[in-house]
Amino acid sequence: MNSPYLPQEARIIERIEESPGLFTLRLHFTEPKRQEAYHFEPGQFNMLYLYGVGEIPISIVSDPKDEHIIDHTIRAVGRVSQAMSRLKTGQSIGLRGPFGRGWPLQTAEGRDVVVVTGGLGCAPVVSVINYIQHRRERFGKLNIVQGVKHSSDFIWKERYDHWRQMPDTTVLLAADRGDPIWPWHVGRVTDLFDQLDFDPANVSVMLCGPEGMMHVVARQMLERNVNENEIWLSMERNMQCAVGHCGHCQYGAHFICKNGPVFSYAELQPLFGQPGF
Amino acid sequence: MSATSHSPVFLHHNDLQQLLQILQHDGYTCIGPQVRDGVIHYDHIDTVEQLPRGYGQHQQPGHYQLEPAGHDRYFAWANGPQALKPWLFSPREALWQCQAGEDKLAFEQVAAEDDPLAVFGVRACDIAALYLHDKHFLQQTHRDPGYRSRRQNLLLVAVNCSHPAETCFCASTGDGPEVHYGHDLVLSELSEGFIVQAHTEKGLSILARLPAETASQSRIAAAQASSRAAAEQQGRRLPSQDLQAALFANLDHPRWEDIARRCLSCGNCTSVCPTCFCHREFDEPSLDGQTSTHYRQWDSCFNQGHSYIHGITLRAETRLRYRQWLTHKLGSWHQQYGRSGCVGCGRCISWCPVGIDLTAEASLICTGSEA
Ligand SMILES: Cc1cc2nc3c(=O)[nH]c(=O)nc-3n(C[C@H](O)[C@H](O)[C@H](O)COP(=O)(O)OP(=O)(O)OC[C@H]3O[C@@H](n4cnc5c(N)ncnc54)[C@H](O)[C@@H]3O)c2cc1C
Ligand code: SF4
Ligand code: SF4
Ligand code: FES
Repeated sequence: MNSPYLPQEARIIERIEESPGLFTLRLHFTEPKRQEAYHFEPGQFNMLYLYGVGEIPISIVSDPKDEHIIDHTIRAVGRVSQAMSRLKTGQSIGLRGPFGRGWPLQTAEGRDVVVVTGGLGCAPVVSVINYIQHRRERFGKLNIVQGVKHSSDFIWKERYDHWRQMPDTTVLLAADRGDPIWPWHVGRVTDLFDQLDFDPANVSVMLCGPEGMMHVVARQMLERNVNENEIWLSMERNMQCAVGHCGHCQYGAHFICKNGPVFSYAELQPLFGQPGF
Repeated sequence: MSATSHSPVFLHHNDLQQLLQILQHDGYTCIGPQVRDGVIHYDHIDTVEQLPRGYGQHQQPGHYQLEPAGHDRYFAWANGPQALKPWLFSPREALWQCQAGEDKLAFEQVAAEDDPLAVFGVRACDIAALYLHDKHFLQQTHRDPGYRSRRQNLLLVAVNCSHPAETCFCASTGDGPEVHYGHDLVLSELSEGFIVQAHTEKGLSILARLPAETASQSRIAAAQASSRAAAEQQGRRLPSQDLQAALFANLDHPRWEDIARRCLSCGNCTSVCPTCFCHREFDEPSLDGQTSTHYRQWDSCFNQGHSYIHGITLRAETRLRYRQWLTHKLGSWHQQYGRSGCVGCGRCISWCPVGIDLTAEASLICTGSEA
């Protein structure tokens, strides 16, 4: 019986330094059959294993149609991720996945889309934007709102510039603290919501970032008459197994690794915002 | 099925060794209860001499005491801290190994032990817990290969409880004291021997080789009376309402804080609980730097690291940890696996160093008064 715990070898085809402490690993399974058989949906994640150190859950940011490369953008924060940041092109790591339930992109077709992110890079939604970008005609108006703590945390400026050029697309940026050359809003992402262009009765909202921020945004969206089943959030909890066995990612009765990580606001009730879960 | 419809047989105490020998002859490694470090513990047995014959026990919140019972029954005691769980869901287990070469990694699964195991003296509550672990480890999207190979080769010789502890409340959860499913054979102990019944074809084939006689009506009636009495003797119970709704409606109940003042957050309750499944994974690299073994080990929601995500411990306070344990055990399990995660074994009550009793706490929180 195949073990759901066993990683497979993947090679680092390219390592990109995005900003200090943030790097992208472009991976390819060493075994061609594995690579061929590998399919994922935006919002799903992989367990990446660094030899002798351990495994961590990381979202997949590449386009699901790209059959050759699996991209991960990783922030070096602790034991595993910092050691992982020292890997170089050509080296190998372990990969298991994809796991979980991603963004509801099929049901979002034909609807307006609002993507709100907070924090650095926010990998889980980059895949959504890339996905929509390559299938632009299938979706309604696209709104991209990104908030950062400090203007210097903002990365991927070219991507945002590029997205701004897409048809029917609004891109709004906010920094809690700006600097003299920050051309966009200084303040919270929610300050920008009056500039959003969407039909509340026909929109899918996708959120990713710190839970406090997602909480505030979700409530604002509810106030704007967005249905609680159409507000989607990507959740994070400690993960050891990614297959619903280790119990660490439990959120009430949900196992975030397999029932999520993406949940609708309605599914997360009544616990969302309640400390200790 | 014929296996369940045979007439019960009677096996004299003196012939119990024969049952063990048949199991050994059939290739089973036999596991059974025995006294070790002052408790009933399950480990390998070669002869029935090793069983805790003549023992009884006292259990109270925070208290467990084995003592000679003044009779020579084999199974006149209720469960000790562990029984079946560690034999299927190992406290520590190697999952896989990784060999490191020059810019290369090779992964290999560590084969699980799959010797056929026969476990002697398993109680109804632990079989109920086993079925819950079957659901968790085998009947969801992903299956656990080690658990599966051990489970497939498992034979259970169960025992109907005749002497529940003061902490037992399996009658109120509907899981005991009588065994109704999951076993191959079940014994009901009387003063001079056992009523034996088979529940599976395997059990029947073993039973056919026992030096046993058809059980008399009076002995069958005595065994039934003993089970009834064991159920009636139990003083503790869980509130009978929908505990999932009641617990989640009371997340801010002041009692959580009161419990937290007593709770040591030691995790004893989760490690003795036959249904707790939490575990963490870690690597152990060899000193020569060429291999790393990836293990898993039991973990507990009472541990600091259980709710850690970079820089944040979501359940830093004991109040939140105890609340996680109780809302999961008696609440979320219903949604996850269709029933409560508590089988009424009472272990978490006896083995809590400060004697916290979940039946009393659940009653207070959900109904406002102690059961
Ligand atoms: C579904 C999901 C997707 C994620 N996607 C990304 C991504 O695309 N890019 C990115 O940079 N980060 C992502 N994270 C967060 C990332 O997993 C953590 O930053 C990482 O586990 C930290 O590990 P560490 O050993 O470096 O840190 P330490 O702080 O040393 O953590 C020690 C251990 O705790 C556990 N742990 C710590 N933080 C988390 C966490 N947030 N989530 C789960 N387990 C944790 C891990 O087992 C980790 O090894 C994601 C998390 C989840 C749950
Ligand atoms: S919660 Fe306590 S009584 Fe219930 S099954 Fe677990 S250890 Fe036994
Ligand atoms: S979360 Fe706590 S109560 Fe639930 S299975 Fe894990 S250790 Fe047991
Ligand atoms: S990560 Fe182990 S159960 Fe979800």
